[in-house]
Amino acid sequence: MAVVSMTVNGKPVSVDTEDRTLLVYFLREQLRLTGTHIGCDTSQCGACVVHVDGKAVKSCSMFAVQAEGANVTTIEGLAKDGKLHPVQEAFRENHGLQCGFCTPGMIMTAVDMIRRKGAMDRDTIRHELEGNICRCTGYHNIVSAIEDASKRMTAEKAA
Amino acid sequence: MITYPFNYKRAKSVADAVEMLKNSPDGKLLAGGQTLIAAMKMRLANPSDLIDISGIKELSYMRASGDAIAIGAATTHFDVANSADVKKAIPALAYLASIIGDPAVRHKGTLGGSVANNDPAADYPAAVLGLNATVKTNKRSIGAEVFFTGMFSTALEEGEIVTEISFPIPQKASYKKFANPASRYAMAGAFVAKLKDGSIRVAITGAGPCVFRVPQMEAALAKSFTPDAVAKIIVDASGLNSDIHGSAEYRANLVTVMAKRAVAEAA
Repeated sequence: MAVVSMTVNGKPVSVDTEDRTLLVYFLREQLRLTGTHIGCDTSQCGACVVHVDGKAVKSCSMFAVQAEGANVTTIEGLAKDGKLHPVQEAFRENHGLQCGFCTPGMIMTAVDMIRRKGAMDRDTIRHELEGNICRCTGYHNIVSAIEDASKRMTAEKAA
Repeated sequence: MITYPFNYKRAKSVADAVEMLKNSPDGKLLAGGQTLIAAMKMRLANPSDLIDISGIKELSYMRASGDAIAIGAATTHFDVANSADVKKAIPALAYLASIIGDPAVRHKGTLGGSVANNDPAADYPAAVLGLNATVKTNKRSIGAEVFFTGMFSTALEEGEIVTEISFPIPQKASYKKFANPASRYAMAGAFVAKLKDGSIRVAITGAGPCVFRVPQMEAALAKSFTPDAVAKIIVDASGLNSDIHGSAEYRANLVTVMAKRAVAEAA
């Protein structure tokens, strides 16, 4: 056991945890941030995607100690002042979710890809979503939501 | 899933990591962890200590010279895929890195980790063997020909750490893989290259227990660098991998198809 310190959604946290605690368990069970989901637990499905120092990673495939000193953002950290993040808003408007289980990972992955690629066509979005699985097979509207958000966010940035 | 307990240590330098390895009963190096952590969660691996080398600055770089591009072992797949230097010097290598796993995996996984692990279906070994690259460690330089020794095994000795891989810049090269639709690992991947000295290399990953060259294809391509030259060359299926995703015969056929596609792109 050792104290692990990091910044999660802008707030500094220091928690006693085992070296073998995966980041996803640290977030869900120790910080009670249960928005990050565990789907497959084998790094295939992407339900556990969070951002570590601004980059999308699968939190089931890294230990919390590896994030010592890092800046972590989870789905809970996206909305600001009661206002949904543009990607969250686009998922809502485009009906980009069915059961909602994969949604936190989908949104965190979408925010990451928009940061890297800006406005994207549907083909690019589908390739970028390779690491995220929606078992409702609701990909069509997920892609629409990301396309919509990527265009709106890029236009806003340019304005 | 929870791994067996272990002690986590963060190394500040290669020398530091070597010392930590020496002082642990069954220590393992942790780079991106995209294979090791999965294996530990399945309890297929039980290291006493994990020595994290991912933050070592001296292991993360890309340097292009006239004849080669040298990449530090802790450089992530994402950084290789997006490097302007790599894209310009060896576009096939940047492409190979860009189709490993998925974006989140590429943000963590490293070149050195992939090569040291030598998974039969990993992508990088095909580029290392296909370009006749040199693997540098804290002790020596190892040629690609002798580095990969079998399934999940390499010429690396106890306490030896991969620090850099130097890829010769070829005249032309291409990589094509048939990816497993779920894991994105190669069911068969062909790296075809014509080096600056004119020699032709065809390296295959995913199909067998370890990356291998196909001398018959290389000889045929030396005469005529066209997809037709390799179209009728089928590797012996005995000894190839056979699993629920495909039989050995199916993989043998994929080798030819991927080699043809790679040649068509490179030619």
